Amino acid sequence: MSKTEIDHISGTETTGHEWDGIKELNTPLPRWWLWTFYITIIWAIGYTVFYPAWPLISTNTKGLLGYSSRGQVAAELAAAEAAKGGIIAKIASTDVADIAADPELSRFAIAAGHSTFKVYCSQCHGSGAQGGPGYPNLNDDDWLWGGTIDDIFTTINHGIRFAADDDTRISEMPAFGLDGLLDRTQIEDVASYVLSLSGKDHDAAAAEAGKAIFADNCASCHGEDGKGDISLGAPNLADAIWFYGDTKLAIMAQVNNPRHGVMPAWGPRLGETTVKELAVYIHSLGGGE
Amino acid sequence: MSTPTLFGYPIPSDGGKIRPPLGMAANDGKKTMSVLEEPGHEQFDVEPINKRERQQPLYAARKKIHPKRAEGTFRRLKWIVMAITLGIYYTAPWLRWDRGEFAPNQAILIDLFHRRFYFFFIEIWPQEFYYVAGLLVMAGVGLFLITSSVGRAWCGYTCPQTVWVDLFLVVERAIEGDRNARIKLDDASWSISKITKRVIKHAIWLAIAVATGGAWILYFADAPTLIQQVVTGQAAGIAYMTIGVLTLTTYVLGGHMREQVCTYMCPWPRIQAAMLDENSLTVTYNDWRGEPRSRHAKRMAAQGIPVGDCVDCNACVAVCPMGIDIRDGQQLECITCALCIDACDGVMGKLGKNKGLISYATLADYNANMAMAAPAGEIDPTLVHDGKGGILPNFRHTTWRSIVRFRTGIYFAVWALIGLTMLYSLMNRTRLDLNVLHDRNPVFVQLSDGSIRNGYTLKILNMMPEPRRIRISLKGLPGGLMLLSAKDEPTESLVFDVDADKLKDIKLFVKADPQKLGHHRTREFEFIAQDIEGAEHVHYDAKFETGRER
Repeated sequence: MSKTEIDHISGTETTGHEWDGIKELNTPLPRWWLWTFYITIIWAIGYTVFYPAWPLISTNTKGLLGYSSRGQVAAELAAAEAAKGGIIAKIASTDVADIAADPELSRFAIAAGHSTFKVYCSQCHGSGAQGGPGYPNLNDDDWLWGGTIDDIFTTINHGIRFAADDDTRISEMPAFGLDGLLDRTQIEDVASYVLSLSGKDHDAAAAEAGKAIFADNCASCHGEDGKGDISLGAPNLADAIWFYGDTKLAIMAQVNNPRHGVMPAWGPRLGETTVKELAVYIHSLGGGE
Repeated sequence: MSTPTLFGYPIPSDGGKIRPPLGMAANDGKKTMSVLEEPGHEQFDVEPINKRERQQPLYAARKKIHPKRAEGTFRRLKWIVMAITLGIYYTAPWLRWDRGEFAPNQAILIDLFHRRFYFFFIEIWPQEFYYVAGLLVMAGVGLFLITSSVGRAWCGYTCPQTVWVDLFLVVERAIEGDRNARIKLDDASWSISKITKRVIKHAIWLAIAVATGGAWILYFADAPTLIQQVVTGQAAGIAYMTIGVLTLTTYVLGGHMREQVCTYMCPWPRIQAAMLDENSLTVTYNDWRGEPRSRHAKRMAAQGIPVGDCVDCNACVAVCPMGIDIRDGQQLECITCALCIDACDGVMGKLGKNKGLISYATLADYNANMAMAAPAGEIDPTLVHDGKGGILPNFRHTTWRSIVRFRTGIYFAVWALIGLTMLYSLMNRTRLDLNVLHDRNPVFVQLSDGSIRNGYTLKILNMMPEPRRIRISLKGLPGGLMLLSAKDEPTESLVFDVDADKLKDIKLFVKADPQKLGHHRTREFEFIAQDIEGAEHVHYDAKFETGRER
């Protein structure tokens, strides 16, 4: 039945539908709601015209604006790349020592080198480059292979005792005890002498005896005064920094059967630009010469 | 067809209309006690609070208000306040203040991009935001002070909603005429003249709204540059969006919603009750002298019937921008704009009666007067009027002295104390600051000569709008020396050029011989930053890790 009926309480028309005595009111939609609804319809039509919308058999409508979310990502990536591109290209074409001298390049290189360091270097050298027994501390002013920025670059680029690289830094200390070059007493004496070089507590008589042994066996690499030689990677034995420990036993162990650390050549793996950034970063840590 | 049921009960064919119980007449529901009370069960004298027959819709359609133009003291005061507040708002961004070549020369500037706030001779950095917080506290206490003394003066005189509605009403009146002309125009059918008037009115409203939005953005950038960019279409999108949003809100709130903003949207009318007391000034209809009101005062007087001063001319209602009748007493909608006082005073003046039938009065005075005028509960005009058009002398008239009381004194003291404290700290603040971050990884480095090196990041803040040379030195660290890199010769002090109004970030190292630092793991010392040319110096307490195990 279609006869309009007015609900006596609300004064609103009913739809004529009735369920168990409850009648449905035909309350009109609020006008603001209706207008919002109409505007969304207009908006939706406009949207399908300007943006990709309708699926077709093998493709879809592209929209007048030619927008696509993949295109947007590509544009953003390209913009990010372009923003870095200029400065990375400059680093690639600039000599590593000049990068450190240029404030803009060095700031970028230090930030980039820092993040690279955390990924590839921190496993051995520690996250703060503080090193540990057998792994050099890169913050200090004691360098096995030289602390200028070029030295650091070469070390990272070609590695240390890394067989796969022809230009790798290489040196080997003889196993004086294991190969029978020195007997136990001689090793003890030379260890005492080494302790005396940096003014540590030592047995004076043994050190006196070790002096001659040191001159005969060790001075060729470590120098007459024990200050080492960076061209050979021979550590300075007369300073306060110790690579494998500063006790007499630790020194004797190293003389008896030396350990030799190995570092991979990072140049082929990371590329020269990244190695330059790493070198600038390491050089900036405070010990760079 | 069987009878429809609900939970097993038959549903009456009239759709379940509420019917009175048997034995009771179908009345309005007011009386429920039946005269035919039967023994055995009780009838309760109760009714539902939301009885359906008496429910009212929650939505009330707006009744348009056509405020009439008022004349008088308070209208003049409101014109002045309006001129001052609008004048400040529209012209303040154009004031200049010379700060030299290294800082903007706009007197009031909120430079969000560079994170600086300039107010004439004051420059505030983000970390000095507590000055703004202090201003907000002052504004809060000030609101207590104002409200407890002069009531809702903020609402009636200085609230932007009130000021802009007033401005929009000026335009409306100029184009469409005063109250009666506007009512006539509203009722008139559409004609060329009506359309023209409406178009001009809305165009001017929109122009004001655009100017309002346009002035707002000028506080956030160099005004002359920005206005040029806005006009030539080169300004940032956010500038246009801000203008757009504020244009819309000004136009809608000031032109169309008006009093509804105060009545329905604003929380202040609700809060005011907590701040007013019996000694606060409120716009009051003094019904002790107005009632009983009469439109035929002379005839009544001739008949010897005493009446009050109110002649029921409704002038107070006609001028009210909120569309209320102040004679109904204090109400939420009243913004205390006092235009009804002006309207009533005008009428009283013409009738040769005392002014102040509607006046600023305190509740205490009102109650005292009311007690005298209506000792028996009914107002007796003979107790109030002297018969010659005046009021008997024993009635109280509220004066400005009601403002001065203990409570307002405390508010004023707190308000002033905060203000003076801020002023003092503003005058004595240093424009040089130093922050130090100690390297945590590694915390110290053993150097080959046996000394220990710690790394620090220093942040030197030069808050002056001129470049300065700052000397950094150490205090309390024997043998401690600074260096920027291993190549440098360690030194006792370093000098840095810090740009005007900038922060300088410096990574430096301090090395010291642990033998000279005692046996502690950490050693406390100070970094000192000293302006070489000036007198300002600051220090920062730092720690030096000596590398010792214990």
